[in-house]
Amino acid sequence: MSKAGRITAFFVLLPSIVLLAIFVYGLIWGTLTTSLTDLERVAALRGLPGQFIGAENYERLVNSGLERRFRIDMVNTVFFTLSFIAACLASGLGLAVLIDQKIQFEGVFRTIFLFPMALSFVVTGVVWRWLFQQNSGLNVLPTAIGLPAGNFSWHLSQDKLFTFNWADVPNILVMVVCGLVIYFALNAYMKKKSQRAAFLAAVAFLLLMLVTFNVPNQAAPLRSEEHGFNVALFSITIAAAWQMSGYTMAMYLAGLRGISDDLREAARVDGATELGVYRHIVLPLLQPITLSAMIILGHISLKIFDLVYTIGGENPLQIDMPGLYMYFVTFRSGDYGRGAAIATIMLIMVAIVIVPYLATSLRKERN
Amino acid sequence: MSNRKFYALLLLTAVLLTLGIASLSVHAQDVSGDLEIFSWWVGGGEAAGLEALIARFGELYPDVNVINSAVAGGSGVNAQAVLSSRMQGGDPPDTFQVHAGSELNDTWVAAGVMEPLNFIYEEEGWTESYPEGLISLISDAEGNIYSVPVNIHRSNVMWYVPANLEQWGVTVPATWEEFVTTTCPALLAADVTPLAVGQAWTQMHLWESVALGVLGPEAYAGLWTGDTDWASAEVTSVFETYGQVLACSNSDRDGLSWQDASQRVINGEAAFNVMGDWAAGYFLVDLALEPGVGFAWSASPGTEGAFLMLSDTFGLPVGAPNREAAVAWLRFLGSAEAQDIFNPLKGSLPANTDADIENTELYNAYFQDAYTDWTTNAIVGSLAHGAVGYGEFKDGFSNILAVFATDGDVAAAQAIAVELWNEVYGE
Repeated sequence: MSKAGRITAFFVLLPSIVLLAIFVYGLIWGTLTTSLTDLERVAALRGLPGQFIGAENYERLVNSGLERRFRIDMVNTVFFTLSFIAACLASGLGLAVLIDQKIQFEGVFRTIFLFPMALSFVVTGVVWRWLFQQNSGLNVLPTAIGLPAGNFSWHLSQDKLFTFNWADVPNILVMVVCGLVIYFALNAYMKKKSQRAAFLAAVAFLLLMLVTFNVPNQAAPLRSEEHGFNVALFSITIAAAWQMSGYTMAMYLAGLRGISDDLREAARVDGATELGVYRHIVLPLLQPITLSAMIILGHISLKIFDLVYTIGGENPLQIDMPGLYMYFVTFRSGDYGRGAAIATIMLIMVAIVIVPYLATSLRKERN
Repeated sequence: MSNRKFYALLLLTAVLLTLGIASLSVHAQDVSGDLEIFSWWVGGGEAAGLEALIARFGELYPDVNVINSAVAGGSGVNAQAVLSSRMQGGDPPDTFQVHAGSELNDTWVAAGVMEPLNFIYEEEGWTESYPEGLISLISDAEGNIYSVPVNIHRSNVMWYVPANLEQWGVTVPATWEEFVTTTCPALLAADVTPLAVGQAWTQMHLWESVALGVLGPEAYAGLWTGDTDWASAEVTSVFETYGQVLACSNSDRDGLSWQDASQRVINGEAAFNVMGDWAAGYFLVDLALEPGVGFAWSASPGTEGAFLMLSDTFGLPVGAPNREAAVAWLRFLGSAEAQDIFNPLKGSLPANTDADIENTELYNAYFQDAYTDWTTNAIVGSLAHGAVGYGEFKDGFSNILAVFATDGDVAAAQAIAVELWNEVYGE
């Protein structure tokens, strides 16, 4: 690029750089520093700065009896994110494959499936709130074909699956990491990088031993309280997936259209069944799409607020999310320090999902 | 007529007209400009009451342009969030709605952003016409009064339909124990929901009625002064009773607004509902029911002789853009005339004792009854409605009740309540 061109480029970019620096990174920094103070409404009204209290807000969120709601929210978020991504990917892929069968009026179906995405989550929430009413809505659907009405209480259900103790969370986290390491070890082994595989296997073994001797739990002693997967989250998953599956379908459809017919033909010539074509040709080629979809869906579900608020209102903890709690703590209780700590934790969760993706795609571009 | 004569006549008419208007608006003096009134009254009787007040104020002060900025959200939850950021940004409204008691004192007065209104009270002679107990709720230790109450509501009221109770063969329980051991099983056997309960804040509303019923007014008041120990056996029995009472309620609580819950009693799906006396407004105005026949009331079990109160008031923030108009509004708001305009529509008691409470056309049978209680009962403040424990305690406590609704663990709930109390009020 010429020197003049570079200078022009700099000045063209300058406004966005300045705006980003102030309104994104400046405010992130502001939230971060606030989260280390005890700033609250009355002090703020008096124009006083908060006292620096270190990580006290974070410790309280993780371990104080007063913050059980936050821990319920964290567990809810993890389960909701997993079930939401799974539901969207499955239904999106299914719809895309169906539409890809060279059907008539393809455009019409595509539009119909995409329409829910044009709605705001608030509208979706209100509609599904009606559908989830116990004595009307979805529960009476079976009576249309002569079956007895259902009595599932949807978003108000108090049932839990997979209950576990909060004090076991350090062990569970280490187990998850261990699982990932084993996965990479197997991957390396398949690619015949035996040295790397052996190293990773050793790490996995070490982690497993740590868990066996209960080291993580003792290193980070947490409160003993029961948590679990609230069945009520299924309703949020259904509503959210209803809205986002069309979008996932569009992504997959673009991917499917990118796979040349020659490849499929070649597979068929080699004797693959129609299922085999999908299993060995289509799905592997769709992997990058799946990854992008997971990232986009994941950051939506981690930050979700409006859908849950319109379906559940203020306090039903079985579907509560950190975004709601952050709002209540900050703007209702006026506890700005603690609210900022929750916001920071949410930012870190989203960063865990997004940063590795950005890093790999940047690296790819450079190559 | 020549042109010049015509213009002279026109000018004369204009001058006369101006003089006429000026003499009409002797009240208005030189009060003019915009007056922004900030509240959370957006629907039903309360919005109608506010509109009627603004209309009458407009007759008295025609030069004032009233801006009604109301933010929706029950009990003012969203309005307070908006108000906080406006106050911090140095953009206060001219006057705003705030609950008497802790909500006023522990937030706005503590932050030093309210102007004392003693001069209005003295000039209007209100120190005589407002009950002493109410004035002390809106004053600081030095005797500065910070707001003007418009109404009084009662929180501990239990609503029912007399004919339905007769049909199911139950009577109004006198204590929560009687409700849990006798009334509730009988109603369950008849396949009726004993108690209709709605979403989160209505559960806290129920909790305070249970606490008052179990503890009695003195020990209940002690919860907020530190005289009643949150770790005591009495408080344990409050949570136990509350758990038993919840077990007698509908399971879809979080899906119901307070109106939905009250409606279930009228529909005959549920026997009782504990709600503030704004429910009377709902029954009378929205559902057009006759008091004593279509619906009836009693103090919630065990709270006979105690009045769990809350009061809506308006204050004057420091730096109000149009202080003069705000003061004129507050003077009007506290007058007996304004209270008689507002309260019959909103369905509440007048705070000013000079109001025409004996007028049965304005105040129906329910309010006659409630007013007698207000003037004779022991008065305690409501937690769910900002009179006591506002802010961090109330929000933390609503989380405790939300968890309790899912697991019913009395010991855990009480332990965390103790922790919360120490954190907020300890030292």
